[in-house]
Amino acid sequence: MTPAALELTASQAAAAISRGELDPLELFELYRERAATDRLGAFTWVADVAPQPSGGPLGGVPLAVKDLFCTAGVPSQAGSRILEGYCPPYTATVVERLAAAGAPLLAKTNQDEFAMGSSNENSAFGPVRNPWDRTRVPGGSSGGSAAAVAAGLAPWAIGTDTGGSIRQPAALCGIVGLKPTYGACSRYGMIAFASSLDQAGPLTRDVSDAALLLSQMVGARDPRDSTSLDFPEPITLPRRTDLQGVRLGVPSELSGDGIEPGVLGAFQATLELARQLGASVEPCALPHAPDALAAYYVLAPAECSSNLARFDGVRFGYRAPDAADLTTMYTRTRHDGFGTEVKRRIMLGTYALSSGYYDAYYGRAQRVRTKIADDFASAFARFDFVVMPTAPGVAFELGAKTADPLAMYLNDFCTVPASLAGIPAMSIPNGLASPPGGGTPLPVGFQLAGPAFSENRMLEVAFALEQALGFDGSAVRE
Amino acid sequence: MSIEYEPVIGLEIHVQLKTRTRMFCGCELSFGEPPNTRTCPVCLGLPGALPVANARAIHFALMIGLALGSEIAERSIFHRKNYFYPDLPKGYQISQYDEPLCRGGELAGVRLHRVHLEEDAAKLIHVGESGRIHGSEQSIVDFNRGGTPLVEIVTEPELSSPEQAREWLTLLRGTLRSLGVSDVNMEEGSLRADANVSLRPHGTQELGTKTELKNMNSFRFLERGVAAEIERQRAILDGGGEIDQETLHFEPSTGAITSLRSKEEAQDYRYFPEPDLVPIAITVEMLAAAQAAIGELPSARAERYELELGLGGDAARLLAFRAELGEYFEATVAAAGIDHAQQVANWLAQLVGRIGDADPGATNVTPAALAQLVLLVAARDVNAGAAREVLDALVAEGGDPREIVSTRGLGSLTADDGGLAEIVAAAIAADPDAAAKIRSGNEKAIGALIGPVMRETRGRADGAEVTRLIREQLEL
Repeated sequence: MTPAALELTASQAAAAISRGELDPLELFELYRERAATDRLGAFTWVADVAPQPSGGPLGGVPLAVKDLFCTAGVPSQAGSRILEGYCPPYTATVVERLAAAGAPLLAKTNQDEFAMGSSNENSAFGPVRNPWDRTRVPGGSSGGSAAAVAAGLAPWAIGTDTGGSIRQPAALCGIVGLKPTYGACSRYGMIAFASSLDQAGPLTRDVSDAALLLSQMVGARDPRDSTSLDFPEPITLPRRTDLQGVRLGVPSELSGDGIEPGVLGAFQATLELARQLGASVEPCALPHAPDALAAYYVLAPAECSSNLARFDGVRFGYRAPDAADLTTMYTRTRHDGFGTEVKRRIMLGTYALSSGYYDAYYGRAQRVRTKIADDFASAFARFDFVVMPTAPGVAFELGAKTADPLAMYLNDFCTVPASLAGIPAMSIPNGLASPPGGGTPLPVGFQLAGPAFSENRMLEVAFALEQALGFDGSAVRE
Repeated sequence: MSIEYEPVIGLEIHVQLKTRTRMFCGCELSFGEPPNTRTCPVCLGLPGALPVANARAIHFALMIGLALGSEIAERSIFHRKNYFYPDLPKGYQISQYDEPLCRGGELAGVRLHRVHLEEDAAKLIHVGESGRIHGSEQSIVDFNRGGTPLVEIVTEPELSSPEQAREWLTLLRGTLRSLGVSDVNMEEGSLRADANVSLRPHGTQELGTKTELKNMNSFRFLERGVAAEIERQRAILDGGGEIDQETLHFEPSTGAITSLRSKEEAQDYRYFPEPDLVPIAITVEMLAAAQAAIGELPSARAERYELELGLGGDAARLLAFRAELGEYFEATVAAAGIDHAQQVANWLAQLVGRIGDADPGATNVTPAALAQLVLLVAARDVNAGAAREVLDALVAEGGDPREIVSTRGLGSLTADDGGLAEIVAAAIAADPDAAAKIRSGNEKAIGALIGPVMRETRGRADGAEVTRLIREQLEL
């Protein structure tokens, strides 16, 4: 039997608390108990006791936080053996802001190691399972956050998105995931994968929750993150129910070849719904988008090869025992401490940055990145938003793609372009579709990408679509 | 028949900036605090920590660039220099690569290649006999120094001797000191110099294979190290060998030069733009603020000494480029009077000859005392020889020159001052040959008589007065 409080969305729970109808400590305790029964592998740590309520606009609704956010005194392991048991001495800015706004830390969520992966199978702490079908992956790398929210183990969660790590698992789990404009959220305290791409963002049951959570993640720039930016306006709660005058562009490059028929079907149906709500839907061109994946898999590994150099066994985390000398200590620590995919990307990135190859790989990938940003800028001259499927397919079976890294990387095909352009993008659930071989229908995600700082307008459009779509994910909530 | 070689030397200088906080975090700079007490997640390179560039360090670097006549970039970016070492917590150093803050410039005829900003590494202490990480029993890291702002100044290879390298570095130190941007102390490591050394046949233009010499932590060691490396290369070339491009370690206690790594072992640093920092945009306001913060530079000071005080070029530069000498000089001139500036410079040179590289302001000799000595000499109350004795006494014990003169009886003897005429007469009597030569017009022979007079008077006689008395007594 589910206590009624757990059926509330986070926004509803916050409202109930502010009306005095719900005790935040009781809510925390309910979620804490439920999180403790997690059989999806979604959590790497769950709070023992509820913190004192702090009030604030988020009301005290507890928050699940992706493992790679540093949380003082609480394990922050980024899904890696090399950080097993590591408890940082400080808390990430975003987590600090959310706690101050009334979202206390409920749990840390499982993830692909250092956010490298699209299935959450690359975690040192085991895979996460999709609540819609436990033989299938939840997507990644924020798979634990997505699965926890979808299964109702947490009211809401935050994750990080480098090439799709919020949007893709949100799509595969049937929830809402938003990657903000690069710089909107502080990266201070986020264990870095690729610095020029990483962004924190909300994973929530619905669009209103995403707006409410995001409203407390952005704001004044963080003086501890040079790349963070003042958000030009407050994030407001969306109310719009029509799409009159909204111009949607559909890039043929990202909505045809390589997309599962079921996903395409749901996408077309949503476009038709958008038209009915008053939107104009026209084709648009992102001619360099098909090259985005190649550029991404040069740039992100290049940055990660450097970002992960600090995991050397000297100051924190795992150190290989009994090494006779420094080089052996480094080699064994990193050999034993990192998983296969992380090592693969460190090797790729090291190669791409090497003298003599830098311009052919890193330099060229940067030029592609500029072209993609230019493509989006041209598109936004004619359209308010560019729309496309979030992921090329529905959730796949555990182990289906682990032996084929390139097949795995293709999951990011539709999400990577917006990442490279640094623009905001979000995924909302737009229906269910059967996997290619048939079987139980699984969630599909619809993706919107907009100009920098267009989050408020994007949330309005997403809200209108959400109301019209009427997607119901309650069946998989425990 | 061996070939004559000429050395070609370039310097790479690291200067710790005297900012309050570190290059990329808010920790205060450390001066001997207990190890690892001034650290934070940023300078420890903890997961998730991010750098923020220190505006004051950028300001100081701009001052240095402007003072050295460099071209200042409008936009400059940081790069990551990737390599593993325990004193480098992030596994990369944030430095600058192909878009440095300043390019070019010149100091005392030596052109500069570039001036850029970076962060210092932490300090490693190796326990055990090897003194290096290989073979040490354990190595411990003190992160208090990690992230201290550094400015790297690279010269073109335009120095041609160890002496010139030392002298030029002294000039650079004076400039940096007058800017107030660093303690510039080589022994304490706030000023560090590596030297690139190569030889080429005399008169040719093409550069020979260079080696990079590290660990010269004093001006003397720099000179000695470079000289030793020149000799090492000369011996190899003379023996028909070839120079290996390598990085070398100079051991001051033994003078030994050992290889740290060869060209083959040189690391690929995989430089790429630091994605955690935004580009530095140098505004007109920033340049104006840096320009306004620059006081009188040593080169301008030297010019003033030449033009206004009438010093020779060498003396002017010696005083101007060592800020502490310049300050001492000006205080002494103020006490002695501007007309005596040249004599003050001469006597300050005498003092430097006695105290070496020490700051004269920190010795027993006050500027007032030196000024008094200058005035005593000018008034012929003491002669030069006696004045040197007074200076020795001042260096040893300090005190008042006039008192030293009177207690030690060092005052000049004059004709009225009983006895000098008699001593002169005795000297003439003792050397009739010299007297005859002088009478016959050989003026140089007068020296043969002055010597014994000086010996007899223990140097107290005034030379001009003695000459006058000799001529008088010989009725010339």
